Amino acid sequence: MSEPLRGVIVSHAAVAQALKSAVAAITGVEDALVSVSNEGCDSGALTARLTAAIGGQPAVLFVDLPGGSCLTSSIRLAKGKSDIALVTGVNLAMLLDFVFHRDLPPLEAARRAAEAGSRAIRTPAA
Amino acid sequence: MSIVLYRIDDRLIHGQVVVGWGQPLRVGFIVLVDDAVRASEWEQDLHRMGVPPQIDVVFASTAEAAQRLPEWEADPRPGIVLAGSIDALAALSSNSHRVKRINLGGIHHQPGRSERLRYVYLSDAEAAKLRELAAQGVEITAQDVPTARAVPLEEFV
Repeated sequence: MSEPLRGVIVSHAAVAQALKSAVAAITGVEDALVSVSNEGCDSGALTARLTAAIGGQPAVLFVDLPGGSCLTSSIRLAKGKSDIALVTGVNLAMLLDFVFHRDLPPLEAARRAAEAGSRAIRTPAA
Repeated sequence: MSIVLYRIDDRLIHGQVVVGWGQPLRVGFIVLVDDAVRASEWEQDLHRMGVPPQIDVVFASTAEAAQRLPEWEADPRPGIVLAGSIDALAALSSNSHRVKRINLGGIHHQPGRSERLRYVYLSDAEAAKLRELAAQGVEITAQDVPTARAVPLEEFV
């Protein structure tokens, strides 16, 4: 793949922007992720924000919840497009993995990120 | 009465509805009144994804909703009737004469609308329709989440 994947974080309120900032602070990678908030949007406005954020590039959409307006708009936009993949339940661990594996095909990168995010959810003994 | 909330929200089923209202009201079912969603199984699957399995989701056209409202009111579980537009819930109100209160939860910016509250944008025609409903005895307030103040219609229209 010649063009590295773009990661688009889609969330309620300011979660997406905060995650993007955290990834940049930890990795120094500034250009891999774009944040989109659903604040003040109906589904049409959110779709417009998502379309602008993807920018016609191959992308993985990292959605906060496995349901609701962020997910429904993302799925509508990705329907039938092989260059866009989705992951729900976005967390910092999956984004940190993603920014270093942007050369993968979208679906493969999404699966890899989902596994990295899942591995980060633990209940360590205090 | 089993219907504990009649809500207009152009985001349809989403977090504020399912979690924000659904949890404290302990809802057992959500009725989504939307002709386009009713006609598309794909859209229905999409909306079901955001709802936990213990909450039933019913998809109804505007016409079906008017017919089935007595059935939903007789359901022992608390329920939410949700529509994406003022027109849809106004039609349900006119056809059933059973809607006593309407919650405006999210009507967002579109061309021709102006801001009335942070989450309520209305055209003049929509504002007039709400005033008309209020004149018929329907109590209309805006309230995005249960912990916010319910803002009476006369404060923003």
